[in-house]
Amino acid sequence: MSFINLLWVLLLGSLLGLELIGKVPPTLHTPLMSGANAISGITMLAALTCIVKAEGNVPLLIIGSVSLGFALFNVVGGFFVTDRMLAMFSRKPSNKK
Amino acid sequence: MTLPEIIQFVIDLLAVLLLALGIKGLSKVKSARDANRLAAFAMSLSVVGLLSYYVGTSGIAIQSWIWIIIGSIIGSLFGAILAKKVPMTSMPETVALFNGCGGMSSLLVALGVAIFPISRSSLINQVSISVSIFVGAITFTGSIVAMAKLQGWLSTPGWTQSRVRHFVNIVFAVASLIAFFDLINGNTSSIWLLVIVSSLLGIGVTLPIGGADMPVVISLLNSYSGIAAAAAGFVVKSQLLIIAGAMVGAAGLILTQVMCKGMNRSLVSVLFGGSLSAQITASSGSGEYTNITSCSVEECALTLEAANKVIIVPGYGLAVAQAQHTLREVTKKLEQNGIEVVYAIHPVAGRMPGHMNVLLAEADVPYEQLKEMDVVNPDFPATDVVLVLGANDVVNPQAKNDSSSPLYGMPVLDVQEARTVFVIKRGMSAGYSGIKNDLFDLPNTSMVFGDAKKVLNDLIGELKDLGVGEK
Repeated sequence: MSFINLLWVLLLGSLLGLELIGKVPPTLHTPLMSGANAISGITMLAALTCIVKAEGNVPLLIIGSVSLGFALFNVVGGFFVTDRMLAMFSRKPSNKK
Repeated sequence: MTLPEIIQFVIDLLAVLLLALGIKGLSKVKSARDANRLAAFAMSLSVVGLLSYYVGTSGIAIQSWIWIIIGSIIGSLFGAILAKKVPMTSMPETVALFNGCGGMSSLLVALGVAIFPISRSSLINQVSISVSIFVGAITFTGSIVAMAKLQGWLSTPGWTQSRVRHFVNIVFAVASLIAFFDLINGNTSSIWLLVIVSSLLGIGVTLPIGGADMPVVISLLNSYSGIAAAAAGFVVKSQLLIIAGAMVGAAGLILTQVMCKGMNRSLVSVLFGGSLSAQITASSGSGEYTNITSCSVEECALTLEAANKVIIVPGYGLAVAQAQHTLREVTKKLEQNGIEVVYAIHPVAGRMPGHMNVLLAEADVPYEQLKEMDVVNPDFPATDVVLVLGANDVVNPQAKNDSSSPLYGMPVLDVQEARTVFVIKRGMSAGYSGIKNDLFDLPNTSMVFGDAKKVLNDLIGELKDLGVGEK
């Protein structure tokens, strides 16, 4: 994959992000921020690549592993906490007009 | 294309689609919870895609598996525990902490790859590594400072409110730029300089910002961590990482903009203006109260008992006092007496936009009783009693009437239109902005002094004595 192609990917990804969030009710600002934050932990893929390609280089393995830990802390914690918040909104959907 | 490549390609494509749908769904109340799970599923899918690719091509060494498992278990465990344990009131700082760790992760990957190259070194590689380190470090230290300030571990040092801070930050920025170009030129030792100065820059930029603006900063830092992830994507040449990072980065920017609008602040003034209160002490807006009426909890209870329609305006003070459950008990009693109760939610009520909704939902307040500002504002003239709990600037009529006020133009709740307004407040101290609240001087406003939780508890007692809520 050439650098130019990756730049195209960056551009289109950014445009998609701009389009995705148009009107958000204020109610959802906090959960949305928290959910998007969890997704930014996708950098765990970079950490994984790092570990796989380390080829027995122990310092790199350790750095990759710590990085993976931080990323997963972000991802797992982020999704759980978002779910906890959203669970409160949907507790009584039955009597909603 | 080989088979492992095709498999990874298809999985990545699916993961991007699901992530996009997830972010989209998170912006609607109905679909939000499922969307969050969808995004989580997409993330795990992306991991499966990546691992299966390496298993199918170069294979993954046992040693690598061990480190993968160690890192995943520790990180996930701490993340899950914190997410389950943390009280809803400290949500903003929790998000800040998670966000900082995401930045730290990007920073570490870039550092690791810079010190122990996994692919042929090239200019593009060097640039992506430098960007990743720079943004990652700023995200990390900025988020940690934001968290510490929200927790009250850090206050705003005086010097950060003077112009000196701009000078200091410019020095940091220039130093990072020098380190940046030095690194791209192939001088690997300047990597540490870059780490240090960009970390300091993150601290220097976040430290002067006041507590009220912190949510905007967290949202912005969230956007940065997306950018950091995208930069890390360039480092390891992963399209999925770049797309997801760019999506979060862009979406975070929009969300930041939306939040700024709700608070009537511009992003520039949040980032470079220092804390709002510092500006106000210098300008106008302060003044003496001339016509304060204070009343007892008993009077408040009597008025409530006679009311038909009550609107509650909850604010930051309620969140701090953790009084949302007590408030719910009060409103339950009123409802049992046939009094109509709704909650008026200002877009930035609480400590973060939407935070108050979360807190009230936690106390079992039915969702349909929460009314947004635009919906509830026309109702105030037909309302008997308004109960303002720990809110201040969002009910200040100055924002509508006084064009010289720093608040002028901010959307506010028109509580003064109601027949009676009770403001439950600890004392006469000013709100976040430090601006005098004209509402308190109005003849139909009465102050009930005391801690929100204590006053509400007393109110329950008084209502009980009046026989409210007992059929």
